[in-house]
Amino acid sequence: MASAPESERPLSPHLQIWRWHPTMAASILHRVTGVGLYLAFLAFAGWLVLLAMGPQSYGWLDDLFHSWFGQLKLYGVFAVLAFHAANGVRHLVWDTGRHFAPKAASASAIFIIFVALAAPAALWLILTQGGRP
Amino acid sequence: MSEGAFRTPLSRVRGSGAAHGGTEHFIAQRVTAIALLGLALWFAIAAALHIDSFEEAVAFVRDPVNAVGVILLLLVGARHMMIGMQVVIEDYIAKPGTRTLLLIANAFACAAFAAAGIWSVAVINFGWGY
Repeated sequence: MASAPESERPLSPHLQIWRWHPTMAASILHRVTGVGLYLAFLAFAGWLVLLAMGPQSYGWLDDLFHSWFGQLKLYGVFAVLAFHAANGVRHLVWDTGRHFAPKAASASAIFIIFVALAAPAALWLILTQGGRP
Repeated sequence: MSEGAFRTPLSRVRGSGAAHGGTEHFIAQRVTAIALLGLALWFAIAAALHIDSFEEAVAFVRDPVNAVGVILLLLVGARHMMIGMQVVIEDYIAKPGTRTLLLIANAFACAAFAAAGIWSVAVINFGWGY
């Protein structure tokens, strides 16, 4: 097969050919956020291990959580989780056969992108303006 | 060729086709997704509201309801992400050896991190003198 001549047959259009549209963006983001949450889960387990090892081991992590970089990361993970969860709900609705038509699917894709942006903003407002319980 | 020329009656009854499976992953992915809607969002929001130091983190994990919730999140999360990452690997890695190695590494990593997390919850609750 390696020596076979270059095929003259047309290829189906690949990713860069398509105009970006909301359903495509949501689909790609679902996979990207899924892989991101995989890494976040490993970090979550690591957080528990450091916690179990005691205050000396946990110290640097506490510093990280209180740095602007760590805070940005935590809010980022929350946004990623919000998107993946919202798009997960979208998929579960589709599984029932509802809202799968192009217009509805596009509208819900745009909606959940706003949800993902609003979720960390809402959490930030609660934490900074509402005061901790 | 008529269907069934090479298929055993058992194969036809199972109806899984050439892939031998997949339906159980499809269902498990969705059932774990429903569980994680509660578990993951609960933990993220509860942790943000209640944990701001080492002491608060320990107190959080020592609450029985939280401890059970964290263990469930570890178990269900590991299952969900193992299936999800398996699909990603199967989609993008065509080389059989590399693909198999990555699939095994994926399964090992998910089990190992979930086990480490559960061990940690146990230590935080029962393992220290104070």
